Amino acid sequence: MTLQKDIFEYRAGAMGELDPDDPLSGQLVELNVGPSHPATHGVLRLKVMADGEIMREVEPVVGYLHRGKEKTCESLGWRKFFVHTDRLDYLQPLLNNCGYAMALEKLAHLEVPERAQIIRVLLMETSRIMSHLIAIGVSAMDLGAISMFFFTFDQREKAYDLIDGYTGHRMNNTYIRMGGVYADIEPELEEQWAGYFEQFLADIDQWEELLTGNRIWYERNRGIAAMTREQALAWGMTGPNLRGSGVEYDIRKAEPYSGYEDYDFEVAVGTLGDAYDRYLVRIEELRQSARICKQALARLKDTRGGEFLAEDRRYVLPPHGDVQSSMEELIHQFKIVTDMRLPRGEAYMGVESSKGELGFYIASDGTAKPLRCHMRAPSLLNIQVLPLLTEGQLLSDMVAAIGSADFVMGECDR
Amino acid sequence: MSRSLEATRERLAPILAGLDHKEEESRDGMLTLRAPQDGVRAVLAGLHAKAGYELCTIVTAVDHDEAPTPRPQDTGGARFEVVWQLHSITSNDRVRVKCWLAGEEPGEAGFSAPTVMDLWPGAAYFERECFDMFGIGFDGHEGLKRLMMPDAYEYYPLRKEFPHGGIEPDRLYKAWDKQRRQPSGGTA
Repeated sequence: MTLQKDIFEYRAGAMGELDPDDPLSGQLVELNVGPSHPATHGVLRLKVMADGEIMREVEPVVGYLHRGKEKTCESLGWRKFFVHTDRLDYLQPLLNNCGYAMALEKLAHLEVPERAQIIRVLLMETSRIMSHLIAIGVSAMDLGAISMFFFTFDQREKAYDLIDGYTGHRMNNTYIRMGGVYADIEPELEEQWAGYFEQFLADIDQWEELLTGNRIWYERNRGIAAMTREQALAWGMTGPNLRGSGVEYDIRKAEPYSGYEDYDFEVAVGTLGDAYDRYLVRIEELRQSARICKQALARLKDTRGGEFLAEDRRYVLPPHGDVQSSMEELIHQFKIVTDMRLPRGEAYMGVESSKGELGFYIASDGTAKPLRCHMRAPSLLNIQVLPLLTEGQLLSDMVAAIGSADFVMGECDR
Repeated sequence: MSRSLEATRERLAPILAGLDHKEEESRDGMLTLRAPQDGVRAVLAGLHAKAGYELCTIVTAVDHDEAPTPRPQDTGGARFEVVWQLHSITSNDRVRVKCWLAGEEPGEAGFSAPTVMDLWPGAAYFERECFDMFGIGFDGHEGLKRLMMPDAYEYYPLRKEFPHGGIEPDRLYKAWDKQRRQPSGGTA
């Protein structure tokens, strides 16, 4: 606790006061960072009022990637919107799919078979790994550690191979359906998947040797972009950013979904809430996600041949072969594709995404057209907090703040 | 596991006593409170101060225009409702607060909800987004402006009458382009 205070005082003391004898002191220069700047991780624009090298005011400007996803959902209907959830946080499409599917299932009170839940956990954790690899690699690259970027990208590419082997796509998979998943995982792929984590865990240790104790990395991140526990909560932080500030909260533990209560894993928590702590939390989450994946793979072995899609013909498409031979199934197919209705009411589903709490608030009036589909995007909040993290600090530390806040503009702007 | 609906209701009963609200059924098992427009701020402030809701998860609105269900009579046929969702990490429960808005047109008196920015600073962007998409004002939100759409935009895209394809989506660009091409005009 005292250490945290010291760091805040150190930062305030180093940057705070204006020099009255300096003629240029106090003259603010408006500086636009972005919207197309490699360090802003997408089309984010920051309006910075700089006093020399010190940022006095920072104002994020968002909306350059706004595509009207919520309006699109109201126009397309519940089923067809699955494709669009991929494009929210495009670093973890399958996790977005799962969150949206679970919101629909919550509104429809639809049970998901056990095997489908295990497959979903495996996909969600692999997605988290892929997204964290980008967050760590890119934030390291922004601060000059470019080899880290190659290492994490290499690992991410191997994870994409697994996802590709299952879904047939590297990105924008849309493989989750309401009531389960689109297809079962082949036993050979399960084994390939299990083999992936051997090398992966060894690699994390290697990265830690390279980066965690690195003097430059430490100096550039320790005490930078720090927020206290109270600040993090007030500004709506969730996920690694909240845990970095010392709040031990994880939706997977507190409100388990998709069978997370049966998995053995730990929640990584930081102490000081600065960029370095958030990096440490993400590194540890890579290990924990790998641990969950291994357990999920063991469970997949035990449930081979089980159902992977619910059999509720109000919401779930019948198997393709049956549609061609049975009139009844053809009618079901037609009804679901053209006119799938959810019961009247509203539901909220929040899942632990790699950036924070990804929430879907959906409201239905009982017709085929959604009344409202609102996405609680953690990236939007991670951007909103940037002025708090950066004001009063050096311009060059803005890069560390942006990298450690971890956001994706596709999700922020929607 | 998160707290059950009954346990949340029991926990909040002493805090909500004396505040104008009623409970509504919800399909997802989250405690849902309905408050009148002039009393919703007191409910939210009470929940913030005494019930330990550290996080404001959502501030959004729902447009009930053309919905098959009749608009509620006791609010004079309100069209829009504002939804807040609060989350307590210490007691691990969530609550949803809803309120009908009297007006329908942006800028009209009564077509606004109280701000919760002073209670949860993180709600500022949610309120800006709500204003941007529906035109709903937030009393007490200083410098309320659009979030996603350009400042010069004239429409409110998430209102039901707004077409999915947009209204002249390239109008602002054309105006800018025209100004740019004028020999005496633009600097860009």
